[in-house]
Amino acid sequence: MTDITADAAGGSAPAPAKRSRLGRIVRRHPMMVAGGVILVTMAVVAAAAPLLAPHDPIELNVVDRLRPPDEDYLLGTDAYGRDMLSRMLYGARVSLIVGLAVALLSTVLGLLIGVIAGYYRLADAILMRIMDGLMAIPGILLAIALMALTRASIEVVILAITIPEVPRVVRLVRAVVLSIREQTYVQAAIAIGTRFPRLMLKHILPNTVAPLVVQATYIFAHAVLVEAYLSFLGVGTPPEIPSWGNIIAEGRLYVQIAFWQVLFPGLALAVMVLSINVLGDGLRDMLDPKMSRRS
Amino acid sequence: MWGYLIRRILAVIPVMTVVAVVVFLILHLNPDDPAAIIAGDQATAADIENIRRQLGLDRPVYIQFFEWVARLVRGDLGSSIFLERPVLHLILERVEPTLALAISTTIFSVVLALPLGVLAAWKAGSWIDQAIMAVAVLAFSFPVFLIGYGLVQGLALEWDLLPVQGFVSITEDPSRFLAHLVLPTIALGLVYTALLARMTRSTMLEILNEDYIRTARAKGLANPRVLLIHALKNAAVPIVTTIGVGIALLIGGVVVTESVFAIPGVGRLTIDAVLHRDYPVIQGVILVVSGFYVLINLLIDLTYTVFDPRIRY
Repeated sequence: MTDITADAAGGSAPAPAKRSRLGRIVRRHPMMVAGGVILVTMAVVAAAAPLLAPHDPIELNVVDRLRPPDEDYLLGTDAYGRDMLSRMLYGARVSLIVGLAVALLSTVLGLLIGVIAGYYRLADAILMRIMDGLMAIPGILLAIALMALTRASIEVVILAITIPEVPRVVRLVRAVVLSIREQTYVQAAIAIGTRFPRLMLKHILPNTVAPLVVQATYIFAHAVLVEAYLSFLGVGTPPEIPSWGNIIAEGRLYVQIAFWQVLFPGLALAVMVLSINVLGDGLRDMLDPKMSRRS
Repeated sequence: MWGYLIRRILAVIPVMTVVAVVVFLILHLNPDDPAAIIAGDQATAADIENIRRQLGLDRPVYIQFFEWVARLVRGDLGSSIFLERPVLHLILERVEPTLALAISTTIFSVVLALPLGVLAAWKAGSWIDQAIMAVAVLAFSFPVFLIGYGLVQGLALEWDLLPVQGFVSITEDPSRFLAHLVLPTIALGLVYTALLARMTRSTMLEILNEDYIRTARAKGLANPRVLLIHALKNAAVPIVTTIGVGIALLIGGVVVTESVFAIPGVGRLTIDAVLHRDYPVIQGVILVVSGFYVLINLLIDLTYTVFDPRIRY
C-alpha cells in the first residue's frame, strides 16, 4: 500500500524529505489520499485484468446462466453464463480509459481555445458565443445525439462525452488568462518585447495548472458516470464490449431474479466515481486554498 | 433597466443560432452517408436516394440550412422518418411525464438542499457540516440507476407500497399520477439534492464572509436573524442562478431515470430516435429542450431585475 501512495504522490525528492512531505499530505488530506489509493488500486487491478480474471469475460456458458455468487463465480454469472467478476474487471478498463481520455482531451482542447479566447479580443467574441451555445444544450443529451453520428465505438463515446465538457474548461482558462494578462509582471514582460509563445509558457499557462488539474479530476469522475449512463441507455460503448454500463443494461432485464448483475457493477461504479470526486475535492483544497474556503 | 432587459433578451439570439447550427451539423457532419444509415443494411440504391431526397440532402448545404431554419421559425420541426409523424406532435405527446418528473425533482431537491446547505455553511467546519458534505459527495457519486433499482427492490417490491414503473397522466388519475412519481423523484432527487446542497453551501459561505455580515454580528443581532435576513436574502440570486444552470444536469438525469422506471417521456423518445437513426426527432428534441433551458434561464435573469434593485446594467 505504501508503494502505491508514494507513486500517487509522485515525489522525486530524497527519501527522508519525501517521507515527511508525504506524511504531511496524508495527515492534512486523509480523504484525498484514500480516494487516490482506491483509484490507483482500481487502475492496477484493471490493468491486470487478463491475469486476475478467473474466467473468459465473453465466453458463453449456457449451463451456468444466472448463477448467484458462489465459490466458482464469486460475483455470479449473467444471462449467458458469463462470469460477472471477469466481466467487471474488464469493464473497469473501459471506465478508466474513457474517463482519462475525456479528461485529457477536454483539458487540452479547452486550454487551446481558452488561451486564444483570453488573448485575442476578436476571436474571443466568436469563440465565447459558440461556447455559450454549446452550453445551452444539456450535456448528456448532446452526447446521446453525437452517438447517433456514426457507428458506436469507444472512440466515438470519448468524443461524444468530451465535446459537452469543453466549454466549461474554456471558460475557466479564459478567466485565468484575462486576469493574469492585466498583472503588472505580464505587462512588463510584454513591454520588454517577450514573444507570445514565451509569454504563454512562462507567465500565463503556469497559473492555469492548479485550477485545470482540479477541473480535469471532476471531468474524469463525470465522464465515468456518463459513459455508464450512455451504455445503460443502449447508446454508448458497443454492447459486445463488457463495460459496467453494458453489464447493468443487460442485467436490468433480470434484476428481480438476479440482482447481482445490477448491484455489483453499480457499486463498483459508485466507488470509482466517489474516489475520483474525493480526490478532486482534496486537490482543490490543497492547490487552491482560496477556493476551498468557498466550497 | 429597460436597456438591460432588451439586451438580455437579444442575447438569446446568438445562443439559439449556435444551438441551431450544432443541431444542423449533427446530421451533416456525419462521416457516413446518413441516408444509407437510415435506410439500413437491406436498402436498395433507390431507397437510399428516396431518403436522401426526403431529407433534402441532395441540395447544397447552405440552402438546406436556410430552408430548415425557415421551417423552424414557423414551428415546423419536420417529420419522423421511422414513425412518419410530425416531430412536434411526438414531443408534445411525451412531454408530460418528463416535465412532471423534472418539476417534482426540483421541488424535492430545493426543499431538502436549501436548509442543508445553509446549515452546513453556518456550521462550517463542524461535524454537522462535514457529515452533510460527506453524504452529499456520496450521493452525487452514486449512479441514478443504482439508487433507482435499490428503491424498487428494497421498498416497492418488498412492501408493495408504490408502483415501480410506468406513468399515469394527471388528467387520468391525479393520485396514481403522484404515486408513480414518488420513486423516480427520490432516485433522481437524492443526486440532485447533493449537488444543490453543495452549491448552496459554497454560495452562503461566500456571503457569510462579507463585511456587512460581520457588522450585523458585531452589533449583536441573533444568529438566525443574520442568517436568514442578511445572508440568505443576498444569497438568493446566486442560488437561484445555480438552480437554473443546474437544470441542464437535471435533464440528463431525467433521461436516465425515465429509462430505469420505464417512463414513456422525451428521454425514451430520444433514445429510440438514436437507435433508429431518426435524425429529425433527435434534432427536434435537442432544439426544444435547449430552447426550454435557455428560456428558463432568461426568465430567471429577468426576475432578478425586478426583485434585486442592485441589478441596473
